[in-house]
Amino acid sequence: MAKKTANGLKQDKDPARPLLNLKKRRRPGEIVIQSLLFFTGFFSIFTTISIVYELGKEAWLFFRTPAVNLLEFLTGTKWQPHIEEFGILPLATATLVTTAIAMAIAIPLGLAAAIYLSEYASKKMRNTLKPILEVLAGIPTIVYGYFALTFVTPLLRSVFGNDIVEIYNTGSAGLVMGILILPLIASISEDALNAVPRALREAAYGLGATKLEVAVKIVLPAALSGIAAAVILGISRAIGETMIVAVAAGAGPNFTLNPFKAAETMTGHIVRISGGDLSYDSIDYNSIFAIGLMLFFLTLTLNIISQRFVRRFREVYE
Amino acid sequence: MTEINYVFETHGLNIFYGNFLAVADVNINIPRHKITAIIGPSGCGKSTLLRAFNRMNELVPDTHIHGEVLFEGQNLYEKSVDPVEVRYRIGMVFQKPNPFPKSIYENVAWAARIHGHKGNMDELVESSLRQAALWDEVKDILHSSGLAISGGQQQRLCIARAIAVKPEVILMDEPASALDPIATLKIEELMQELKQKYTIVIVTHNMQQAARVSDHTAMMMLNGGATRSGTVIEFDETNKIFTRPTDKRTEDYVTGRFG
Repeated sequence: MAKKTANGLKQDKDPARPLLNLKKRRRPGEIVIQSLLFFTGFFSIFTTISIVYELGKEAWLFFRTPAVNLLEFLTGTKWQPHIEEFGILPLATATLVTTAIAMAIAIPLGLAAAIYLSEYASKKMRNTLKPILEVLAGIPTIVYGYFALTFVTPLLRSVFGNDIVEIYNTGSAGLVMGILILPLIASISEDALNAVPRALREAAYGLGATKLEVAVKIVLPAALSGIAAAVILGISRAIGETMIVAVAAGAGPNFTLNPFKAAETMTGHIVRISGGDLSYDSIDYNSIFAIGLMLFFLTLTLNIISQRFVRRFREVYE
Repeated sequence: MTEINYVFETHGLNIFYGNFLAVADVNINIPRHKITAIIGPSGCGKSTLLRAFNRMNELVPDTHIHGEVLFEGQNLYEKSVDPVEVRYRIGMVFQKPNPFPKSIYENVAWAARIHGHKGNMDELVESSLRQAALWDEVKDILHSSGLAISGGQQQRLCIARAIAVKPEVILMDEPASALDPIATLKIEELMQELKQKYTIVIVTHNMQQAARVSDHTAMMMLNGGATRSGTVIEFDETNKIFTRPTDKRTEDYVTGRFG
């Protein structure tokens, strides 16, 4: 049958031109792969949700107890479960001190290492140094913990005096945590710097910029989102780090910002309490879930803040 | 003494990537306030030669050079010469527009600022953008990203950025090859304006473009030896290269009989 086409010409079915087979074909392999990928993605989300649910459930049991109220929990400066004092501040300040010290070490040194590797080092140098740096990240944290206790603490004590620096102190734990996190920040930041297109560097060099100007004023801002991700990952790692603080920072809540004093961080406390014999559903037992939930909110908040920060300052190069 | 009319003179210039001799024995003089085109087939070392004029080649590890490139009578490859100073005086525009991921204003101001520009930055930005024939199109969006404008505008922004540091020479590496014909025309018109103040060296694939815009043309080709190195086989006024070339290979190439 003749059919009108868009341009008004008639198009006949031509017996000399058989129809090509353009029918949809079944591709079972595609469906299998797609569902498999979906399932793995779903599984990780499901696990996360389950963890949050479990944390929330146990924490709810804690907050429901008459001896506890939320305001006191958030603002109290004493954490003494045996007399039913649950103020998280001593644990939180210890976490804050160790994290701050760690990041004060890890961010500048890690960034400097990343800039060196990406902008200054020769290819050969980079290919040798980067794997070594990454090996540092593979050392078990318990080893770092003993390094803090048996090397850094005596060092601090000999520098600042035995009566100022306690045997267990947050300072030495923080310093060593910084060393632990440094390679993480260096490695991820280096990837981000390296991903900045060559064309941008050439543009800057072509204008008579020095290496330092290119690195700091062109490459660094362009790689900011990746660097921010590295820093956030580092902070999350520092907040969550357990072994070093459990070994070197001290075993007892202490409301202080003094890095030379012993204090127990949130993670350190959880580890100590859950190591002891706690009966299920006791208030002590439930309290560690409340601390866990706080840790979760802390890292979540950091993630949100960093996303805002990146969106605000990022220089999009594509 | 008469004015020296050559900005660049190369003497026995050889450029190596590692052991590979990419460009062999180039001896050309680039005249002042003219447009010199470098043409030739792909892979014959046109860009490599261009990048020898502002020492951009050495950003690639393992590159080295034999021979001389005189810039205003001074050998650029003398040990005492600072490549940063060289690139400050010899600007470059690249094949693909590569504005910084900063605002239009900041793109133009950036280099002037790092070189310690004293004076009114707003004026410098405006005059540079005007010279690049871009001012009218962007004067209301100076603080938008340099990547938010069209490819042709981005390329003119890159030219404005190069002009802002007041170079003597602008090297252009196929500046229009990523652009449509209308944007290309604008860039070519702009080049005619710019040559009043600057010396321009342009690499181009497009022979019509070379014929349209340039005053002198260097024809490059692989020298056919075992090393597969590129070299300048003929250098003359553009007019002559395209109408009465002396080298048979040039004639074949410009008349499309190449290959």
